[in-house]
This record gives sequence, C-alpha cells and structure tokens, in this order.
Amino acid sequence: MFAYVIPLCLAMLALAVVLNLLRLIEGPDMPDRVLALDTLSINALALIVLLGIWLRSGTFFEVALLIAVMGFVTTVALGKHLLHGDIID
Amino acid sequence: MKRLLPQPGLSLLLIVMWLLLTNSLNLGQLLLGGLLGVAIPLLCRRFLLEVPPVRKPAKLVSFALLVLYDIVIANVHVARLVLGRRDRLRPAFVEVPIEIRDEFVLAVLSSVLSLTPGTVSAGLSPDHSRLLLHVLDLEDADDLVAQVKTRYEAPLLEIFECSPT
Amino acid sequence: MNIWIEIAVSALLLLGCSFALIGAIGLYRLPDFFTRLHGPTKATTLGVGSLIVASMLFFAGSEHRLSLHELLLAIFLFITAPVSAHMLARAALQQKVRLVERTRGQPREE
Repeated sequence: MFAYVIPLCLAMLALAVVLNLLRLIEGPDMPDRVLALDTLSINALALIVLLGIWLRSGTFFEVALLIAVMGFVTTVALGKHLLHGDIID
Repeated sequence: MKRLLPQPGLSLLLIVMWLLLTNSLNLGQLLLGGLLGVAIPLLCRRFLLEVPPVRKPAKLVSFALLVLYDIVIANVHVARLVLGRRDRLRPAFVEVPIEIRDEFVLAVLSSVLSLTPGTVSAGLSPDHSRLLLHVLDLEDADDLVAQVKTRYEAPLLEIFECSPT
Repeated sequence: MNIWIEIAVSALLLLGCSFALIGAIGLYRLPDFFTRLHGPTKATTLGVGSLIVASMLFFAGSEHRLSLHELLLAIFLFITAPVSAHMLARAALQQKVRLVERTRGQPREE
C-alpha cells in the first residue's frame, strides 16, 4: 500500500513547493515573500518526514528538527528586519 | 529552593524535552536533563516571563482538548474557503477588547486564536487592551467577539490565577 | 506490519499532504497578504502535524519501539507558527501592504 501512497504524497508536496516558489517569485510585497519562504521551509520539513518514512530510517528526524528551528529563526529575523530595519532590538 | 529552582514547571518541561530529544530513558540522560533543567532557568532568569500558577489543572486539560478539536474544525473550514470562490470571501479586521493583563496568558490567547477559528492575530494596542484580529470570512463582528470571549478568554482567565481588571 | 496500522498511516499521510497542499494553494491564490496568511498558519501546520503522527505510528508499528521524539517537532511547530504569523502581520501592517478593497474595519493609523 505504501508503494502507492507515498509517491502520491510526494507529488502533492512537490506541487505545494512549486506553488510556494511561484508566490516567492511573484511577491508582490516583502511580507508575501517572507511568508512564502516560511511556508517553503515547513513544506521541506514535511518532505523530509515523508522521506524518513519511505526509507524506514529514524535519522531524518534531526534534519527535520534543524530545518524547523532554522526556518523559525529566519522568519523572525526577517520579520524584525521588516519591522525595525534592524534584527537585534 | 526558590533560588535554585525559580520555575519548577519550566525545569520539568526542560527535562521532558531533553528526554524526548535524545529519545531514551536511562539514568545518564535523566541526570543530564536534570542538570540542564536546573541550569537553563538559572542562567536565563533575568529575561524569563513570569508564568502565573495554574489554578485548575483539570480545566487546562479540557481546554487543550477543546483547542485541538477546534484546530481540526477550523482547518476544514479554512480549506473550504481556500478552495471555494475567491470573490465570496469577506475579509475583515476586528478589534477584540481583552481583559487578560498577564503577558504570558495573553500570548497563549493570541496563539490559540491564530490557530483556531479563521482568525489570525495581527497586533496589540499599545496599552494591551485590544487585540487586532484579521478574519478570513467574517459574518458578524459582534458574534465573533462574543465567541472569542466566552470560548477562549473566559477559560484561560479561570485556569490561570490572574485577576481580571 | 499490521494491515490496520498500514491503513491508518496511509490515511494520515494523505490527509497531512492534502492539508499542506491546501495551505500552499491558499498562499498562491488568495487575493491579499492577510488572507494569504491564513493558509500557511493553519492548514500547513495541521498538515505537518498529521504527517508527524503518521510517522510516529509507522515507527511504532514497524519496529515495535515507541518513538516519541517526533512529538517535539509537532509541539515546536504549533508554538512557532502563530508567533511568526503575528510577526509578519505586524510587519505587513506597518508596511501598509495593499489590501482587498472590500476588507472591512481597516485598522486606524496609530
């Protein structure tokens, strides 16, 4: 069953990533681009979790956690930059 | 005791998170987690938020379940709006007057509102008395304010020991 | 692996990926920034949450060991998603991004 389900899921996530990239290119404003980047990192994380299931390996967890943390920090830093023109308060 | 463990809840949370992170439960990791659980709150105590004590733990659990249920419902709702007709959306900004004064509880409330019913918290008035929400599809502003107040704010006020002003 | 676990994991995977896709569709096709903010903060978060539950169930079923550390990922996402959404919303308000004209109750100037 997984032989059918997992490729289908991968295709859906790939489509999601493409849509995020389109929004990232299109903009039109900076907050839109930052939001697209944030969603992109969450979707990348979903892809990695799915890959971990496909390859039956638990070692992908650390990668996913790192992407989650880096994505959040990036979004907050960019948000701060948009708010104050400065990252550190 | 108070000086060594400024926030026992946070220390416990850190130990549990350390055990989850290493995915093991043996004495060594437990001791290391305990060390971190004591050291991190001590090192960070200058800028930690004061978490008000939980008055009703049972209520907290039922509130968490309610929020989890609402998250699922809200997602189905948002999914329908996203896939539906674009020109039928009724986006709006709504200001909700809030009674919660404690910063931590306020953060919990705005996070819950962002995750649940078709709203995203978008700002706070400078005196912390009104929360600005953006609603994807607003039917009636007064209904929404009433729902926020009874469904989410009242339980939080009841759970955490902080006096409404 | 038990067939029922397999079915449950497959259903959760499909559900999670559909929500992630819906979040991305929302991000792409809704008309202005604030409406776009709704898709990623809700749908994507729940989508990844259900993928994570599927992963936990899968490893519990196939290797007969309980691995709870995926929960950490889910908790992290559920805490950070509203924070970054709030941050971006404030930034967008300050930058005065274009809004759909029919947006009611536009916030006053501060």
